[in-house]
Amino acid sequence: MAVLKAFGAYLPARIVPNRELGAKLNRTPDWILDVSGIEERRFAAPDETVADMAVAAACACLERAGMSAGDIGLFIVASGSAERRFPGPAPTVASRLGAAGAPAIDLPMASAGGLFGMALAAQLAGVYGNILVVASEKMSAVVTREPMEQGVAILFGDGAGACIISPGDGPARIVDSVLHSDGAFAEDLRLEFEAPLAMNGRSVIMQASRKIPSAIAELLERNHRQASAVKIFLMHQANQNLINGVARALDVPAAMFYSNIRGYGNTSSASMLIAASEWWQSHAPAPGDLICFAVFGAGFHWGAMLVEA
Amino acid sequence: MDNRARIITILKNVSKKDSVPDADESLFDSGYLDSFALPDMVSDLEREFKIKIPDSDLNPRKFESISRIESYIESRK
Repeated sequence: MAVLKAFGAYLPARIVPNRELGAKLNRTPDWILDVSGIEERRFAAPDETVADMAVAAACACLERAGMSAGDIGLFIVASGSAERRFPGPAPTVASRLGAAGAPAIDLPMASAGGLFGMALAAQLAGVYGNILVVASEKMSAVVTREPMEQGVAILFGDGAGACIISPGDGPARIVDSVLHSDGAFAEDLRLEFEAPLAMNGRSVIMQASRKIPSAIAELLERNHRQASAVKIFLMHQANQNLINGVARALDVPAAMFYSNIRGYGNTSSASMLIAASEWWQSHAPAPGDLICFAVFGAGFHWGAMLVEA
Repeated sequence: MDNRARIITILKNVSKKDSVPDADESLFDSGYLDSFALPDMVSDLEREFKIKIPDSDLNPRKFESISRIESYIESRK
């Protein structure tokens, strides 16, 4: 048994509106908004790293949980945009938080990394105690590489999200999760070192449109729940049109899916945790509320998690 | 109604257009489908032809044109 203790998030200060990107890509701000649901995104400062943002989100999370880094038994840090091949940001994050010596694991996963980290933490909490899961992305360093690809450059932003998962029972209980991967589609969304992000957009959307509702349905069915009984869906913020499509596939109103993509764009693995942090702060779920998390990303990896408040 | 006519009916519904492209014309390049309409098209094809299209068959090229969709549907019989 494991519970969600707290969430935290960090967004860089610099706001990049559609008109700034549109001018470089020869597209209007309204076109970008129409095809993506994105109006602006945040870009990190040139010297701001994935680990910097992860530490900021982790500090916010620890503060909300009333914990210090010394209370954490394991750190899991997901990122698909880390600056180097190894070491990843996880040990840096743990060390900078003051927990040098504690185990710290990197998940080099884009988009789906936040939820995969949470699902692993739910299983490992009984062994390691409190686990801090962080997802941090500096996608601006990727998408602004020349030549800028307009189908990619308009979508992404920077940021970090975090959560603490603890062993035991109580509020915000992690009921169940499903994880899936299929490497047959690995070439359809990939980032090679020093190369632009490569994306077969049609394949990604087509697969995500099927696999996200399928994972949610699998999770709800085996826990004898209906989609209509869920209080809120906290999904990877990839594209507003995709979020709307998943809601349609599940036959629930799109308003049941929290969305902040208009202000932040797609922050890859960080997006779901940023959304969860915002929603949790502003809504304070009532006991018994069901919260459903869902992700899809490069790999392809996809999955869903059910939490009862 | 033959398969092509049934496909065209679905395409008109999904694309919200009354016109019909040439059978070999790209549905994407001609603006009848985009990335987000394609999953709806596939779902409607499954319902109409009572087939389950596996995720491994969800290659956009298989659904690029009316004739390609027709060939795929035929191959599933």
